[in-house]
Amino acid sequence: MKPIVKLLLEGGSLDTAQMAQVLNLSAADVNRQLDELKASRVLLGFRPVLNLAHEDSGVVRAVIEVRITPERGGGFNRLAERISKFDEVESCFLMSGSYDLLVFVNGASLQKVAAFVSEKLSTLEGVLSTATHFMLRSYKEQGFLLDVKQEEAERLKVAP
Amino acid sequence: MDSSRHIAKHVINLPKSGIRDFFEIVSKMKDVISLGIGEPDFDTPWHIREAGIYALEKGKTHYTSNLGLIELRRAISKYVEANYSVSYVPENEVIITVGVSEALDLACRALINPGDKVMFHQPCYVSYSPSITLAHGIAVPVPTFAKDNFALTVEALRAAWQPGCKLLMLNLPCNPTGGTCDRAQIEAIAKFAVEKDLIVLSDEIYSELTFEGVHTSIASIAGMKERTIFLHGFSKAFAMTGWRIGYACGPAALIEAMMKVHQYSMLCASIISQEAAIEALMRGEDGMKKMRDQYHRRRDFIVRRFNEIGLKCHLPRGSFYAFPDISKTGLSEKDFAVGLLQTEKVAMVPGTAFGENGKGFCRACFATSYEQLIEAATRIERHVQSLAAKKA
Repeated sequence: MKPIVKLLLEGGSLDTAQMAQVLNLSAADVNRQLDELKASRVLLGFRPVLNLAHEDSGVVRAVIEVRITPERGGGFNRLAERISKFDEVESCFLMSGSYDLLVFVNGASLQKVAAFVSEKLSTLEGVLSTATHFMLRSYKEQGFLLDVKQEEAERLKVAP
Repeated sequence: MDSSRHIAKHVINLPKSGIRDFFEIVSKMKDVISLGIGEPDFDTPWHIREAGIYALEKGKTHYTSNLGLIELRRAISKYVEANYSVSYVPENEVIITVGVSEALDLACRALINPGDKVMFHQPCYVSYSPSITLAHGIAVPVPTFAKDNFALTVEALRAAWQPGCKLLMLNLPCNPTGGTCDRAQIEAIAKFAVEKDLIVLSDEIYSELTFEGVHTSIASIAGMKERTIFLHGFSKAFAMTGWRIGYACGPAALIEAMMKVHQYSMLCASIISQEAAIEALMRGEDGMKKMRDQYHRRRDFIVRRFNEIGLKCHLPRGSFYAFPDISKTGLSEKDFAVGLLQTEKVAMVPGTAFGENGKGFCRACFATSYEQLIEAATRIERHVQSLAAKKA
């Protein structure tokens, strides 16, 4: 793994100038490497990880298990890519086991998610069945614990 | 009544730890970036904490055998054999202690007769010399130098040796210097130990945090197992400082002697910590390696910055300490550290807290976040520049 990728993974919210210091590069070099990562589609983008539970965002999230028919020549890919293109779909994975795709969906309301599943997703040619699970509460998002009081452990300022 | 007249002479004469003095100053200040800490910044990995919780739920609230849980001793025996190439019998060659500090104290109390001399390299961990004194031994420090990357050389050992030396304490990689020895150097030290009939107390608490080359335990060198007590623990590699759990491995007769002292003083280490330690050994390796990789990258950053700032700093091959030479500033290590703390609110520990041979150096622990390290380096740079401007 490239040093800059490791730093992106472990460096938290370092800005370009800080990354340059850690990597012993100029800020211009860091920017160039980030551009290269973007161009090669390794770095897809930056998004904040938010705890929206207290924001009354109204966003409804669901996970949908989808069974599809693989196609000769293309396997699952063509249909999986087609499903992934919908704005409602946040993530989409090909899975082993009793269904084929696991689709993470966001919608403004329960009805909108339901409509997406019944009108868009399940009507696609090749989709055999769907099973939708609505998320009730989030406890951890991308490595961040939510609503768990993170008491700062007290460390001595000087220790042997 | 002057109650201090009742204190034993060897205790009253014991110097106060230099770290303690510094701690008093730092603890009264706010918003300090501390590079003065001697422990990982990571909390103990959750699966290990969870094993501790589960131990409580299962009702593991009783004494264990004096030597410690046999399951843990078996796990240690396997771990030490796999990682240090020396095998110990779990039944009588392993003892679980309250941190490696207790293991060191037990070894001193079990082996030192009044007046026996004990060699140890210096700068070194703060408790080495006092542990020897408390066991009525005589401390014989052996200097290590920046020019050798603070590795212990056999030449320095030979120069410091005197009749009556019985023990040699090693701490490789070393707190505070990060210095360690390669295999050839360890073999030379082993040969010296055999020649002078020394028992070696080898504190290898930082051994997993070796960044360059392979760590060699002196216990694994032919002929050394019978004259070495291998001391280790969970604090540094598994981020378990507060659990106070360590161990010693060695010849059965010596472990039995240590056990005698342990059973009358400590009885046993906390059973909860012992249960958590089993989990650390069984499933903690991946988490430990992740932490080590992060320390490695932070080390590269902070050492480079010290050298850019003009504070010459050797590359520590292990541990999470950098030990820059601050003598160029014209100040003593204590004045430099206090000045840095007061003007820039960055804490580093004066090198002399780790013995006279730490003169001219300060210890900087890099087990802290990148943001803190970057900011600390910026502040240290500003401080060094302002000292230089004042001098000019």
